[in-house]
Amino acid sequence: MDIPYTITPRADTGVYNAKLGVWLFLASEVMLFGGLFSAYIFLRIGAPEWPGMIHGESFARASDILNVPLATLNTMILIGSSVTMVLAWASLLLNRFDRYRLYMGLTFLAGLAFLVVKAFEYGSKFEHGYLPAESNFLAIYFTLTGLHGLHVIGGMVVNGYLLGPGAKMWKTKPAQFINRVEVAGLYWHFVDLVWIFLFPTIYLL
Amino acid sequence: MANSAEGSTTHETHHVAESHADHDHHHELGFWRKYVFSTDHKVIGIQYGLTSLLFLFIGFTFMMLMRWQLAYPGEPLPLIGWLFSDETMPGGVMLPEFYNQLGAMHGTIMVFLGIVPLAVGAFGNYVVPLQIGAPDMAFPKLNMASYWVYFVGGIVMLVSFWVPGGAAQSGWTSYPPLANIVMTGQTMWLIGMVFLITSSLLGAVNFLTTIIQLRADGLTFFRLPFFVWAQFVTSFLLLLAFPPLEAAGVLQLMDRLVGTSFFMPSGLVVSGEALDVAGGGSPLLWQHLFWFLAHPEVYVLILPAMGIVAEVIANNTRKPLWGYKVMVYSLIFLGFMSFIVWAHHMFITGMGTAISGFFQITTMIISIPSVIILSALLLSLWGGSIRFTTPMLFALAFLPMFGIGGLTGLPLGLAPTDIPLHDTMYVIGHFHYVVAPGTILALFAGIYYWYPKATGRKLNDTLGKLHFWGSLIFMNGIFLPMFIQGMAGVSRRLYDGGQIYEFAEGVVHYNEFMSISAWLLAVAQIPFIINFFMSIWKGKEVDENPWEATTLEWTAAPSPPVGHGNFETIPVAHRGPYEYSVPGAATDFTPQNQP
Amino acid sequence: MAQTHTAEEVRKHVRVYLMVFGALAVLTVVTVAVGYLHLPIVPALVVGLLIASVKAGLVAAYFMHLVSERKVIYGVLIMTGLFLLAMFILFISAYADQDGGLIVS
Repeated sequence: MDIPYTITPRADTGVYNAKLGVWLFLASEVMLFGGLFSAYIFLRIGAPEWPGMIHGESFARASDILNVPLATLNTMILIGSSVTMVLAWASLLLNRFDRYRLYMGLTFLAGLAFLVVKAFEYGSKFEHGYLPAESNFLAIYFTLTGLHGLHVIGGMVVNGYLLGPGAKMWKTKPAQFINRVEVAGLYWHFVDLVWIFLFPTIYLL
Repeated sequence: MANSAEGSTTHETHHVAESHADHDHHHELGFWRKYVFSTDHKVIGIQYGLTSLLFLFIGFTFMMLMRWQLAYPGEPLPLIGWLFSDETMPGGVMLPEFYNQLGAMHGTIMVFLGIVPLAVGAFGNYVVPLQIGAPDMAFPKLNMASYWVYFVGGIVMLVSFWVPGGAAQSGWTSYPPLANIVMTGQTMWLIGMVFLITSSLLGAVNFLTTIIQLRADGLTFFRLPFFVWAQFVTSFLLLLAFPPLEAAGVLQLMDRLVGTSFFMPSGLVVSGEALDVAGGGSPLLWQHLFWFLAHPEVYVLILPAMGIVAEVIANNTRKPLWGYKVMVYSLIFLGFMSFIVWAHHMFITGMGTAISGFFQITTMIISIPSVIILSALLLSLWGGSIRFTTPMLFALAFLPMFGIGGLTGLPLGLAPTDIPLHDTMYVIGHFHYVVAPGTILALFAGIYYWYPKATGRKLNDTLGKLHFWGSLIFMNGIFLPMFIQGMAGVSRRLYDGGQIYEFAEGVVHYNEFMSISAWLLAVAQIPFIINFFMSIWKGKEVDENPWEATTLEWTAAPSPPVGHGNFETIPVAHRGPYEYSVPGAATDFTPQNQP
Repeated sequence: MAQTHTAEEVRKHVRVYLMVFGALAVLTVVTVAVGYLHLPIVPALVVGLLIASVKAGLVAAYFMHLVSERKVIYGVLIMTGLFLLAMFILFISAYADQDGGLIVS
């Protein structure tokens, strides 16, 4: 039994199954982060001041408590990884599997770098006793960035698979492998996209 | 797709010559891959069906226990009371905490583990690919994952009864701050919900992709059976409404495990002690996020039921559905509107008049498409030569039952009448009419209707009719008095059914009648259970199309359909779904795949 | 779709990707710079969200190929966008119109 349109697009919709599937999944993710953002808005407009009191100290700006340079670095890392991801896919289209390995490897490493920076950031917060339970600002910060971090890890698992064991498919079913890389890319760009909104709304505003 | 070899072009599909095909049907699958970890949508559909029926039974059992306490408060439960531990029912007498656990878990199990998996997971999985002429779902492995994630979620929910403090006890709505400060069971509830939400997300992506991508040639959107349309809209609701609840679940987990205050306002005092939290959160935030899901969820419960009823009615009136296109447009409109009515569950939260006005208006508007669909189904009966088969009886009963459920909802959608009725037994009566005699009867119709397709044998009609009349009568016996109690002001969450309240004096005695009806409803399910299992071996054998239906699952696939791929050849659709009694045609049904 | 790309087209796309990367990097710097201006909340919000939307738009349009996608994908996304917008607007309005909300008498 074969499922139709796993590789070639269906004529009337113009897409193959996995592409539609991943976009539907991303639509659901939009609503997930949308729900969290609405919670953020809801709590923030209800708060008399933001970030407000933490350990008896009053903060006027998020940037006074969060590490903006590190977050900027992470933004650059993530944007860069989006570019390498799309270049990995383009390399496959050009039949350059060696380049694909290179760019996909870079994408994976960028994800790792993002997490390492994040770990330093969290670590210094914990050192100062800035825990999620201390205030709603910190709770939002840890929940949103933490959930985003989980999405980064999820993306790295997929990318790692396509770099390692999953890459065997390039030999047997190249067209389907290109599709898989494209679809994984769509997810990875979405993770980048969420961060693009998280960065200013949490660190800067 | 696992075991593929280079360049296998020995066989090509009807649709596309995809050169790299998998070879699943070249060798027999073992027992585990065939019946347990199967990727075949038919097996998964049956797995969903059996599991969800079991959960429906469990949820019903909880309610039968509660109904003892409501009918005879404080009296020890006879016969089986000794089975329960001292933490739940010492000496057979139910503790209030246990009553609350049963109540919360009854709602959770019935909605998330019983009806939705039966309506979407079971019927959707089994019927949709067959009706659209697809060899399977678009992502068979995700489909399998969806079932097993659901299964784990169900186990987590059940196991929570044995953690310290027992299961969740803050109602199926889990309102904080209460839900934030209760025992471990609530954490289990949240974890279970994350599993169930993941499962439904996987399912929704799969259904939508399948319906959009895998329709047979010639099967345009307006040739889809109404049931497929219902599943299509339902899947969108699941896809887009569930994530905000997942967000809320994550936030409540943070509150409970890490000590954040997303839902904890400042200055909260519990049992005379100020709570040690940062505060600044909002319990209303939970309600908004929860109802953003839970109102569309109502339509997730009802739309597949409408789909089933439409199929059964068209088949048994031997007529096309009256106003098929209008029904489809109503369905789509209903789907859109269901996202912007949620706050009618929150009129008594101190909501301002402007925003309450908005939600009242949208609520009144959303009743219109429901009424259109119901009217179209009713008008479809007009002038038909109706066959009163067992599925048709259930489908016919759905119409007035859902009608009562829907109409009693109108007073709850308007703030002035909702405020006195809020959280009373009236509300319980209203939504149970929608879901129990409404949806559940429709789901039974579906079981009687598609059972021959799945097994090749019919369910017994005599037992079926016994089941039907018993269910219909006793369901009304349970739920009708609830309206009266509710209008007298009896709250929905009273451990003693309202005995200590003077205003309930005139209506509290209905509890005994309702409880006896509930237990008799259980008795009325016995013929169904016997019928369901006995007919697998003893039922009357049927050919591929015993109901003389028009849609592809009957006309193009044998009963039961071929193990892998459903059809011997993938059908092509040449006409609409309900061409019954076409003038000049040889038979009174013209199959969709007849050229 | 993959089969329809010629090598020349792909190389052209790669140049576009690199340009988009440059634009995103510049916009990130602008975002941070504006952050250090310490504008009052409303202009800061407008500028911050505007830049973020442009960046997100670039990512979606070029990296995720939404500039040349199929109708069915647009349909899904437009619908999702509508529901998202409804959620934001109604959450904020519900809050604003709540007792003890923004409008305190």
